[in-house]
Amino acid sequence: MAIKSYRQALNEAIAQEMRRDPTVFVIGEDVCGGTGAAGEKEAWGGAMGVTKGLFTEFGANRVIDTPISESAFVGAAVGAATQGLRPIVELMFVDFLGVCLDQLMNQAGKFRYMFGGKAETPVVVRTCIGAGLRAAAQHSQCLYSMFTHLPGLKCVVPSSPYDAKGLLIQAIRDNDPVIFFEHKLLYDMEGEAPDESYVIPFGEANTIQEGEHVTIVALARMVHFAKEAAAVLRKEGVNCTIIDPRTTSPMDFDTILDSVEETGRLVVVDESYPRCNMGTDIAAVVADRAFHALKAPIKVISAPHTPVPFAPNLEDAYIPGPDKIVAAARLLMKR
Amino acid sequence: MQMAREQLLRAYRQMRLIREFEERVHIEFAKGDMPGFVHLYAGEEASAVGVCMNLDERDVISSSHRGHGHSIAKDCDVGAMMSEIYGKGDGICGGKGGSMHIADLSKGMLGANGVVGAGQPLACGAALAAKYRNNGGVAVAFFGDGAANQGTSLESINLAGVLKLPLLFVIENNGYGETAAVTWHDAGGGNLVKRAEAFGMPGVQVDGTDFFAVHEAAAAAVTRAREGGGPTVIEVKFMRYYGHFEGDSQIYRAAGEVEKWRAEKDPLEVFRGKVLTAKLLEEAQLNALDDEAVATIDNAVAHAKAAAPPALATLLADVYVSY
Repeated sequence: MAIKSYRQALNEAIAQEMRRDPTVFVIGEDVCGGTGAAGEKEAWGGAMGVTKGLFTEFGANRVIDTPISESAFVGAAVGAATQGLRPIVELMFVDFLGVCLDQLMNQAGKFRYMFGGKAETPVVVRTCIGAGLRAAAQHSQCLYSMFTHLPGLKCVVPSSPYDAKGLLIQAIRDNDPVIFFEHKLLYDMEGEAPDESYVIPFGEANTIQEGEHVTIVALARMVHFAKEAAAVLRKEGVNCTIIDPRTTSPMDFDTILDSVEETGRLVVVDESYPRCNMGTDIAAVVADRAFHALKAPIKVISAPHTPVPFAPNLEDAYIPGPDKIVAAARLLMKR
Repeated sequence: MQMAREQLLRAYRQMRLIREFEERVHIEFAKGDMPGFVHLYAGEEASAVGVCMNLDERDVISSSHRGHGHSIAKDCDVGAMMSEIYGKGDGICGGKGGSMHIADLSKGMLGANGVVGAGQPLACGAALAAKYRNNGGVAVAFFGDGAANQGTSLESINLAGVLKLPLLFVIENNGYGETAAVTWHDAGGGNLVKRAEAFGMPGVQVDGTDFFAVHEAAAAAVTRAREGGGPTVIEVKFMRYYGHFEGDSQIYRAAGEVEKWRAEKDPLEVFRGKVLTAKLLEEAQLNALDDEAVATIDNAVAHAKAAAPPALATLLADVYVSY
């Protein structure tokens, strides 16, 4: 299988869908870059370079730069989706969802229900999440839990190039509004992903490895920390199952519950804030439906209840790392 | 006033139907068996009808809290609208939207909206879709003077200008943003058409009691938009006959202002006066349309009252296309 970066995998997914379906287009700030300026065209290809090359291939009608005006262009993408187009709108950082939340929370996510089942809004909002770039409090949050909370939206959190491509193609073809959360520290990560088009269905967790002692559930960058932790634990004779839900709405609780039935121990790792996050959500469901199987308390590892700090030493301390996962698993193994 | 008789009759039929719908909702709401919030459009009919008579099935409108008039003007089914307002299963949204969410995408009605200012970005999207498909379609964002101050309005006017979208921003200036006077809540003194100049596009201010003035301004803007000339701002000025919502005490109003306006400037009476003076229509024709509107709304109310509520199973239906 071909080796490609997470960024390349995302770019390929968009390009292949744009070739296949003329209703698919890209809109957002600097998705081309340099529009109206004197210098080179396609200066950026998106702030993270994900849409680079698309303007050259597909032109200005299908790769649309906008002013810095998130409410207007996210809402325009939502409106265009109600008219049978399939917009992919890029929101530079998830943190900026705060300035256009209404168009997703009250508009896109509610049309189908509120209009009696007669609306379809197949919009994809791509945005990036995560701490680690020293980008401080307003460019580093995760926030997928906030959107998972909202009925009518689907939430995707890919952790690898393979998942990024297959899930993004599914998101574009999906007939519901999808928020697609890309972790900014994964863009350069390389991995296997087929050149041809493929889809990964939503609501199907990926069991990355199986072990009989502890179940670790993790998302996005935390999946990789879970793998590091599991390697350390394996040397101590502790075998871990690692589950990446891949989508938080819909969420594949069954795979998690089945695993906890076998291991009796659960660690959930979530880079977001500790209150009302995916960790507490999964813990609540497991406590409700698999309490009988638990041999030890459920451990949720997350960031602290603080904004993301700027100073490198503080940010490093903020991000949940492999050490915390190892420590949690060791604690559970004592029970 | 260069319009065929059929067009004139259609204009009056729709304006009268909106008026009758709203006057009747006002009465029925006070009886207490109509759930939720309603915001009435009476007094503003010439705007919705004057604009929408320039539209066809390609075209899409977004609306506001005060959406009954826009919905009727864009040919939504009046019976299904009334059922919706009563929360009934055969309502236009299956009883799951209510007055503030009346929508019919098959008619190009992208929804009333419970969030002030939310429709403008959506209308940009509908206009973008028309431009993308190059089908000559246009979109219209109807919103009030209150919504003109929302960031979404200003962002959308700018975006539409930058992308040259085929779009009309119709600012319905009824004098009040909820309870606040437009001369106070707009720092520019209440002439909202000035927004257009700042964004480099044409802006027109029209007398919203004059159907013909609205129709003419909208016709020019729609033609320009269809030909690739980009967006226009149209400010339509008139008087809101009822409160912000039904139940509003309206003690903020000047004494007698609505009564005076109704007596002197009512858009339906203005229309009658013009077409009768110019001998374009006969009084009997207009009176027949008045009777027709009463009968239509009588039927709609009777039907809605008798209709069944939504089946309980629909509580969980249609959150997603698939999940």
